Amino acid sequence: MGRRGWDLDGSGFRRDWLKTWVRGLKSLCLVTPVCNRSTRCIRGLSGLVAPEDNQRKGRTLFQFLADHFYDVAALREYLLRKQVLAVHQKNRFQGKEWIRPDRRGRFPYDFLKFQTVPVEAVDASGCAINYSGLDNLLPLKELQALWLQRCPHVDDWCLSRLHALADSLQELSLAGCPHISERGLACLHHLRHLRRLDISDLPAVASPGLTQILVEEMLPDCEVLGAGWAQGLKMGPGGQPRDASSSLLT
Amino acid sequence: MLWSALRLSCGRGSLARGLGTRGGGFTRGWDGKVSEIKKKIRSFLPGGALDPLFNTSHLPPEQADVVIVGGGVLGLSVAYWLKRLEKRQGAIRVLVVERDHTYSQASTGLSVGGIRQQFSLPENIQLSLFSVNFLRNINRGFPLHTGVPGGERCSPSGPPVQPLRLPVAGFRKRCCGHGEQRENAEADPHISLRQEGAKVCLMSPEQLRNKFPWINTEGVALASYGLEDEGWFDPWCLLQGLRQKVRSMGVLFCQGEVTRFVSSSTCMTNTSGEEVSLKRIYEVHVKMDHSLEYQPVECAIVINAAGAWSGQVAELAGIGHGPPDTLQGTRLPVEPRKRYVYLWHCPQGPGLETPLVVDTSGAYFRREGLGNNYLGSRSPTEEEEPDPGNLEVDHAFFQDKVWPLLAQRVPAFETLKVRSAWAGYYDYNTFDQNGVVGPHPLVVNMYFATGFSGHGLQHAPAVGRAVAEMVLEGSFQTIDLSPFLFSRFYLSEKTEEGNII
Repeated sequence: MGRRGWDLDGSGFRRDWLKTWVRGLKSLCLVTPVCNRSTRCIRGLSGLVAPEDNQRKGRTLFQFLADHFYDVAALREYLLRKQVLAVHQKNRFQGKEWIRPDRRGRFPYDFLKFQTVPVEAVDASGCAINYSGLDNLLPLKELQALWLQRCPHVDDWCLSRLHALADSLQELSLAGCPHISERGLACLHHLRHLRRLDISDLPAVASPGLTQILVEEMLPDCEVLGAGWAQGLKMGPGGQPRDASSSLLT
Repeated sequence: MLWSALRLSCGRGSLARGLGTRGGGFTRGWDGKVSEIKKKIRSFLPGGALDPLFNTSHLPPEQADVVIVGGGVLGLSVAYWLKRLEKRQGAIRVLVVERDHTYSQASTGLSVGGIRQQFSLPENIQLSLFSVNFLRNINRGFPLHTGVPGGERCSPSGPPVQPLRLPVAGFRKRCCGHGEQRENAEADPHISLRQEGAKVCLMSPEQLRNKFPWINTEGVALASYGLEDEGWFDPWCLLQGLRQKVRSMGVLFCQGEVTRFVSSSTCMTNTSGEEVSLKRIYEVHVKMDHSLEYQPVECAIVINAAGAWSGQVAELAGIGHGPPDTLQGTRLPVEPRKRYVYLWHCPQGPGLETPLVVDTSGAYFRREGLGNNYLGSRSPTEEEEPDPGNLEVDHAFFQDKVWPLLAQRVPAFETLKVRSAWAGYYDYNTFDQNGVVGPHPLVVNMYFATGFSGHGLQHAPAVGRAVAEMVLEGSFQTIDLSPFLFSRFYLSEKTEEGNII
């Protein structure tokens, strides 16, 4: 189902490349030359054509190294993650494909053919989505990853609506949202399948370190990325960090 | 006559200055003279607020269209909606009379601040839903679109309210006791809750244990859990925000106490031939603090939002003076009842996900802040009612009546330490513990917005709107609160609410 390729610039190479991408993550040889030359994004792939025989040799060597050395395997993972994170404004269907707007910000009309395909991930970073706008995201019952980084209108009330996605949501990112406070984070305890939560850089949270500890206690199976425990600590007179939240108890 | 006076004064001035200035003396000092004369004219023309002899800036104005007795959250909400729904900007002059601007005894500031939709009456559910929508949009400088025709004209006049930190966190939960009857009884209100649009779910004891492992589910048959739009907020923030907003919309404030209503009455005959005397308040006497000075304020409408003291204010208006079992003799059954709130610290207590928990026994608690502090209490039974004469806290009540129940429901609370406590008043409606909204049938221009017995704060925005609609349109438009009218006290029709804390 998810084997369609988005022919953004008409090159036949594109289709082959994406088929390889879709088949699995093992054949990363094509990813590596891409990342070496430019780590921009998949959009900029038009100029990257490698001759076939070099590829084959490169694939074997890299594969061999990755199988035998942890460092190279880690490098492969890192490059893959970078690739994934470098693209903005995309949606992913179950066939692991991203639909993204073209250079002028418009979505291709083929989008409409996918109406019955469940949506797995939504990247709404920087979008002006608000409380009533979430009406569009909540019916996506298969949604596994939701990125709401730097959304200026996402606040605690919006987080209280996310309980509708409790059965499927595994990854949530709220980094940099200016209106989210610890009261909204308390609403996240419904998301019991959550495995990754990013709450870094939330300016409205009073004590980020303490909040992170409380959120980690609230969601024991989830990996919480955010402030380190040292954030929010003031240096005491002896040079030892003192917990700012101890003032709450006095 | 005026011109001759002018010429005379100018003439005298120029003579005194000497012959050489006769030609230009008429225009010298002209501006000063003109402003003096303007002041004199203004002082004897009608409608002038200037009294050059005495400083009356601390007194309320001599006329106001609407006088709101009580400046708590309900009174301010009525003022806000009156200004918001008026047909033309500046059409209505509203005066809010508050006895104590520090709000030291007002119920609003001392409230725990919970908001929920879990009520048994559909009107209460709708009031809560409206209020939650209001609170959600409050940070955007108050909503501009109300769905009322002509709502576009109601833009907030003045600077928007500072972000109020009102977002609601946590949810409310209620445990039901054992017994099949309770289960069925609980399921029915839930149907009405869901019909009205409140998002609540019923949980079995197992689900409760899975979700909240710190709860002891012994004796619990069902729990009702609010998923959205329930929780708590800071009532002081709402009060101050409303005050600022309402001030910017042009509402006048006065620190004083209402001591007298002067009214005129007309005798009319009703359809069964009886004589009924209808009263109309045309003057309110507002007495200043620590002084015998008072100001009679002419008014068209009086709104009784005095909270725990609404009964006394109603007595002043003559409500309840008459033979018993008549409409004239029906008092406003609102009286102050003292309630305690305790703040304790428990290091092993429930975590960030704790909702506002209400136990079957009536004990309730919620988290406060990030530091494992909790607020909670329990309403005393009728026999244990404390004396409402003062706001002294009874710590023995916590030790004997609240702590054992808390520790039984949440075992971690066995090791808690009380940090502080305070007491506040409920404006308790002794008849059916539900609010009184709307006009009095005999004192035709007194409207009530009081008597909510502990859930006035969470209904305040909606009730304010209802009263404003009643005043301006003559009937309830958004939410129909006819079950809350005063006449039910005379007709002995109770509008009972099952879920009172």
